[in-house]
Amino acid sequence: MSKKRLIQGNEACAHAALYAGCNFYAGYPITPSSEVMEILSYEMPKLGRTFIQMEDEIASISAIIGAAWGGAKTLTATSGPGFSLMQEGLGYASITETPCVIVNCQRWGPSTGQPTKGAQGDVMQSIWGTHGDHAIIVVTASTVRDAFDMTVKSFNFAQQYRVPVVLLMDEVLAHMRENIDWPEPGDIEVIEAKRPADVKTYKPFANDEFLPFGHGARYHITGLAHGAEGFAVSDEAAARELKRMVGKVQDHVRDLALHDRYLLDDAELAIISYGITSRPAQSAVDLLRAQGIRAGLLSLKTLWPFPDFLIDEVAERVDTIVVPELNMGQLVREIGRAAGGRSQVIPVSRIDGHLLTPAQIADAAVAPFATSAGKVVRS
Amino acid sequence: MSNTLKDPIQIRFSGAGGQGLITAGVILSEAAMMDGRNVVQTQTYGPEARLGSSRAEVIISKGTIAYPEVTLPDVLLCMSTEAARKYGAKCTADTVVIFDSTNIGPEFTSPGRVFRLPITETATKVGSKVVANTVALCVLNTLVPVVPRETLAAAIAARVPAKFRELNQRAGEAGEQLAAGLLTPSA
Repeated sequence: MSKKRLIQGNEACAHAALYAGCNFYAGYPITPSSEVMEILSYEMPKLGRTFIQMEDEIASISAIIGAAWGGAKTLTATSGPGFSLMQEGLGYASITETPCVIVNCQRWGPSTGQPTKGAQGDVMQSIWGTHGDHAIIVVTASTVRDAFDMTVKSFNFAQQYRVPVVLLMDEVLAHMRENIDWPEPGDIEVIEAKRPADVKTYKPFANDEFLPFGHGARYHITGLAHGAEGFAVSDEAAARELKRMVGKVQDHVRDLALHDRYLLDDAELAIISYGITSRPAQSAVDLLRAQGIRAGLLSLKTLWPFPDFLIDEVAERVDTIVVPELNMGQLVREIGRAAGGRSQVIPVSRIDGHLLTPAQIADAAVAPFATSAGKVVRS
Repeated sequence: MSNTLKDPIQIRFSGAGGQGLITAGVILSEAAMMDGRNVVQTQTYGPEARLGSSRAEVIISKGTIAYPEVTLPDVLLCMSTEAARKYGAKCTADTVVIFDSTNIGPEFTSPGRVFRLPITETATKVGSKVVANTVALCVLNTLVPVVPRETLAAAIAARVPAKFRELNQRAGEAGEQLAAGLLTPSA
């Protein structure tokens, strides 16, 4: 039996990175992500792995991209202000198809905002923050055990698809402690990038095979639009390459769309949530069920590529979809688009730095059905 | 006190930054985990390192804990006037409310079942106000036996540095006696 430990979300993330084989961390500390860096600063040297405190977040993401091409499994962790600085590097990681993981413990923003208050305001930035169409994977976590599992899965996705993976946490999960069953080696699969069979003929952008520098192949890495060998291309060749890169994740959305369902099978009303907000959302389902409303929860772990097919399944069956978020309405736009008018989509927003409560979500869910007398009427 | 402990039980520690309330929450959480129950511990604090308002919350259950924060506390500890002002009213008539009377005057009230005890003063007498959190924790666990007494003592000993173990042990015992005085019929 695995042992139980009481740990914080950030501790889970740091130890999961080690579990996944992360052997290069570069970062700049920032609340509420600092514990990830602090723990790795003393754990990585013990294991003979590389830890560097960089001068800023631009340098941090640049270092993890370079180290990945040096053959390392790399990580950086930050929060909003640092994540904003990383956007240029994210684009470079995407176009160079560099496997790397970026943890963003979201805090209230924009700018310095409220460093110790949680939020989910960086969803759209994670997907679209860097310029141009691009390939990226964005995932979330809602429990401390989830923070462990999703960190390992972020490394796996980065290796399999050769893309930067953003793991969105938030201040509450980052600092929250829960007892978890500590994963033993082998409990969670760790996936490594495919290596080419023939080094001599290796082309770095021909497919998902990944051969770092120094293994006998000659190639070119650039942020310019490039072909299979890495040399600059334009016109139709550039369009073809961009389509291939974006297709790497979009074409595998069914493999990437991690999610949890709670009492969804017979639901007439669905809550669709992600990250820490899935916690009050699950309690809201219980509150609604106690009122005789058949509510269910779809908790998205993968936010990008956006899992349209999961929303399809829900929108086909329920009248109402409630989308609680700790922002002014971000993922609800994707959900509304995917629902395509089949269900009424109700955003629930909270932006004062505190979690939505189960009652707030449940009340918002029944509000459209309340009569003028305030009684809930269901057909 | 009732013999049947609520499940889930919701506990809120409130006071000022530097009073060790988050540590108290962590210790109680570790004790609950040792006792084989599930626990979620959250915290709220400001950008200041010290003296801002600080809050730690612990939810303990034999089952799964979905929503991680306290809605209405079953037990509320207030260690500063600001905490009493901010959280004193946010409870039910059944909430066990513990006010540190060293810091909180009689003008502060609460709709819960209020116990006023000189927690910080007791810690100072034992040796240092730094252990007020340990005194408070053992007051709390005596008034509402959230975890077995020995389990809490073991969790405290495991968490504090070796050179402060003895001081914390004395603080814990002082807290138990402080609360026990309220529980005996003669008191």
